[in-house]
Amino acid sequence: MLHYATKRLISLVLSLFAASVVIFTAIEVIPGDTASFMLGINARPDTVAALRAELGLDLGMVPRYFSWISGMLTGDFGTSYTYRRPVVEMVAGRMWVSLPLAVYALTLSTLIAFPVGIIAASRRGGWADKSIMGATQLGIAVPNFWFAVLMVQIFAIKWGWFRAGGFPGWDNPFQAFRALTLPAIVLALPQAAILARIMRSGLIDTLDADFMRTARAKGRTARGALWHHALRNAMIPVLTILGLQFSFLLAGAIIIEQVFFLPGIGRLIFTAISQRDLIVVESVVMLLVFAVIMLTFLVDLAYAWVDPRLRRRAI
Amino acid sequence: MRRGSLYIGAGLVGLFIALALVSLAWTPYDVQVLEIFNKMKPPSATNWLGTDHFGRDILSMIMEGGQVSIAVAFVAVGLGMGLGVPLGLAAAANRGSLLDELIMRSNDVVFAFPALLIAILITAIFGPSAINAIIAIGIFNIPVFARMSRGAALELWTRDFIFAARVAGKGRVRISAEHILPNIANLLIVQGTIQFSLAILAEAALSYVGLGAQPPTPSWGRMLADSQTLASQAPHLVLAPGLSIVLMVLGLNMLGDALRDALDPRLQRGAK
Amino acid sequence: MSLLRIDDLSLSIGTMPILKGISFACAAGQITGLIGESGSGKSMTAYAITQLLPKGAICSGQILLDGDNLLAKTETQMCALRGDDIGLVFQEPMTALNPVKTIGAQVAETVRLHRGASRAEAAAIARDTLNRVGLPAAQFPLGRYPHELSGGQRQRVVIAMAIALRPRLLIADEPTTALDVTTQAGILALLRQLVNEDGMGLILISHDLGVVADMADDLVIMRHGEVVEAGPNAQVFATQNHPYTRALIRASAHQPSRDDYQGETPLLQVEGLVRDYALPRTSLFAAPGRFRAVDGVSFTLRKGENLGLVGESGCGKSTLTRAILGLESIQAGRITINGQPVIAGQSMPAEMRRHLQVVFQDPYASFNPRHKVARLVAEPFHLIADAPQGPARRKAVAEVLQSVGLQPSDADRYIHEFSGGQRQRIAIARALITRPELIVLDEAVSALDVSIRAQILDLLADLSSRFGLSYLFISHDLHVVRKITDRVMVMQAGKIVESGETEAVFAAPQHPYTAALIKAAPQLKVEAKDDELVV
Repeated sequence: MLHYATKRLISLVLSLFAASVVIFTAIEVIPGDTASFMLGINARPDTVAALRAELGLDLGMVPRYFSWISGMLTGDFGTSYTYRRPVVEMVAGRMWVSLPLAVYALTLSTLIAFPVGIIAASRRGGWADKSIMGATQLGIAVPNFWFAVLMVQIFAIKWGWFRAGGFPGWDNPFQAFRALTLPAIVLALPQAAILARIMRSGLIDTLDADFMRTARAKGRTARGALWHHALRNAMIPVLTILGLQFSFLLAGAIIIEQVFFLPGIGRLIFTAISQRDLIVVESVVMLLVFAVIMLTFLVDLAYAWVDPRLRRRAI
Repeated sequence: MRRGSLYIGAGLVGLFIALALVSLAWTPYDVQVLEIFNKMKPPSATNWLGTDHFGRDILSMIMEGGQVSIAVAFVAVGLGMGLGVPLGLAAAANRGSLLDELIMRSNDVVFAFPALLIAILITAIFGPSAINAIIAIGIFNIPVFARMSRGAALELWTRDFIFAARVAGKGRVRISAEHILPNIANLLIVQGTIQFSLAILAEAALSYVGLGAQPPTPSWGRMLADSQTLASQAPHLVLAPGLSIVLMVLGLNMLGDALRDALDPRLQRGAK
Repeated sequence: MSLLRIDDLSLSIGTMPILKGISFACAAGQITGLIGESGSGKSMTAYAITQLLPKGAICSGQILLDGDNLLAKTETQMCALRGDDIGLVFQEPMTALNPVKTIGAQVAETVRLHRGASRAEAAAIARDTLNRVGLPAAQFPLGRYPHELSGGQRQRVVIAMAIALRPRLLIADEPTTALDVTTQAGILALLRQLVNEDGMGLILISHDLGVVADMADDLVIMRHGEVVEAGPNAQVFATQNHPYTRALIRASAHQPSRDDYQGETPLLQVEGLVRDYALPRTSLFAAPGRFRAVDGVSFTLRKGENLGLVGESGCGKSTLTRAILGLESIQAGRITINGQPVIAGQSMPAEMRRHLQVVFQDPYASFNPRHKVARLVAEPFHLIADAPQGPARRKAVAEVLQSVGLQPSDADRYIHEFSGGQRQRIAIARALITRPELIVLDEAVSALDVSIRAQILDLLADLSSRFGLSYLFISHDLHVVRKITDRVMVMQAGKIVESGETEAVFAAPQHPYTAALIKAAPQLKVEAKDDELVV
């Protein structure tokens, strides 16, 4: 297990490195001269020169890359050009809205999808299965931001079960979660539809396996065999999807923040784009990618816990 | 059930494609013309889906918006497939080699970036537009197809008939083209349909946040963004584009499911 | 009263009849052998007894276990019987175990299900049972996972799960078909021992007449869902009432007639061949180990000769074959065909390749399912510079199809329209089309039914004399090799441990491994007597 974890950790570091190179290249190399890009074509030459000096653009590419990386490792993500504040300050509070929202949605979608997928697989072909398949088919097709608007109309405005938006801060955790609940449900449902289908098909494939026949031959009922044997094996394809899901959920969270007036990363990053504040864009993208890669690492560890065949694998 | 899926799915997809094609030549009303006095009218005999806050006919906007959504999704998936499949096949044909490692690692890195983030990076540099949306969604599709075709190809490489082709002296590229590719074609069709539906959703999301096709080109996502604050007063503004997206994606998914059943390789193997 | 009595059992799935009124009995402490080829319904009988049939299956008749009709039982009652009174062992040991659970847990599961035992009690019984089946605690602790065991060891675990609670009846459906000869012998001996110790009845299902003849006290022969003959072992073989029984025995003992071998010129020469593999690294800092798959193999195959290569799985024969075909790089040694060297790693020149063709084991996987037979058979033409095109090509394909006993019109059909035996004929046709000098047959008849196998062996012998072909016949089945080869080589752990004329090696093996292989292989001893075959 240690071997495997080490190997995955190395993989994680390499991925982070590669991702950081990609982001750095995109932001600081492709536009050419970052300073004049940020200031636009009408800027005065001396303003551009000042910005260049401030950003340290006269150094070569490689030193700039390393100073960016070392800055990030010590918590310095640069200073936003537009707001003149350290990026860390601007991002910190907002990350604590977007990330928990994504994790909340992931948890909800898992809690919904698993039982639904299991029921559909165990009653394959029956009316429960057919209606679940139909519902999930619909669920996949719904864009989450549209769903958000509809939900706000129905649950918040018409029926008043939830507030229509806003976020009261983390001082009162209960209120904070309450504010995140409707957004989390909106995000979770379409993803739960996908996950339920994967769970169902993973289970159905497993149900056909030889070792299921062995379990029945031992005297297990069909249901017993499903719970004690099929589920754990079916988890393997499900875990794969779970990792991908998180990145979709994070992206989704960013998008629907507009609908719920949540002070998350979304507003920050889209404003930064329109204002060409590349420093902010660079740092935020890096942070988000980091979150996704970390979660993939955790999923990989979960794989090894579920499937003992992976634990002893050589490097 | 399967037959029904096929017809409904194909019907829905066909409908939207037809509407989009027709709108290249004609729409009931000109979407560029603003008639403020006619604004926010609910669906009626003259405007089947009503009008928006600028007085533009919703039906016409849906038709033209469909052009963008379908075109972007189609080209993006085509890009992903066209680059991803050869990469995946090359990786499988040279399993364990440096090339394989490189392709797999690159896949992993791209997967760490949701399509939205790629779009953000691209639009931050190059500005938002439909072309950049295509590139962003396309880039995300490459590892999807690469991974899928590599996995399917790896399984085929172990089969005896491939071994027979190697004994017959055929090289790896030729075997990939003559034997492997035709045998994964069915999987590609199904996956392509699914990716197409995901690309429609991705394009809608990008337009919604303003990173896709820019005004005055109409797009379904942006119609939603523009109308969401007016949702209470004029629900038809929100329902029309939303339902269009839902129905198009639903149609594609149903089509994909029906195709998967029809093209199931197990059924093709015949009596055993 | 017999332990198990089946009375007029009929089974159909949907509208298709599978079993048509079969009847037989199995006594406690006895082994009943159920023999049949594919499609005979023998596996379905096992499923019917344990009521593990697929959806849509309808049974009629009676299945009496100690007088209790199993067909009248509810699913709950059957669940109580399975694992406790009736044990079941299946064919594929590699996939029969749950990969994510330990072997201890899987054996203990049977105990906990039926006896409500605590973890500790069940573990103790599991440990005991694993010891009984020949998996001692030192090498096989309860915490082992299935992927850490070989096929034979996994099958022992499956048997342990089935007999942990000492059932009255054990049903084994082709338990050794997927295993090596020596492993097979071990498993069969184990089953015999368990029957004697526990006094349970065993129904042993197999297509291999040799296996069943050795082991069974009673025989039941099935064909197309019917019992064609049944009775005590000796009696069935002595009387051979039914024509199908006679046909089976004849096919098992069948020896294709062949001309005596004449040639002298060497065709294929292998000298000192060594093939090493790098093992995966086990630690970041140590160098990867190396595994020697082929260790200094040398032999010569002469024109017109049929050379056999026998060995169990893992001995290196597949690697050796691939090296000869130029598909593996080698670390040392030389391979020459007709005097020309086979250069490791480089593609073999087409001129050389056309004289060297292959027939594979799996008639279902050796063809691209999307191509028509004409295209499949003609694929090796790729190797000939001026290969026939158009009508000349069609003619060549038609000729070769006829040589193997098929019709020219079969060229326009798809491969899935043919049976296993027919597909092997097509595979042989494909190997013939470039008029090769040497055909490598890699377990080419192993997956075929006994009667089909006999026909294919006849075909191969006939083609060999007609076209002056040489064969390199690779198999784990010694008796097949004995029938068709002039000389044989025995391979173990990468080395050739014995080689010589086939009859001589079989009559008087020099190497202990060869002797062990011959002893372990179950065989039907048959003599011709007055125009009939006597067992």
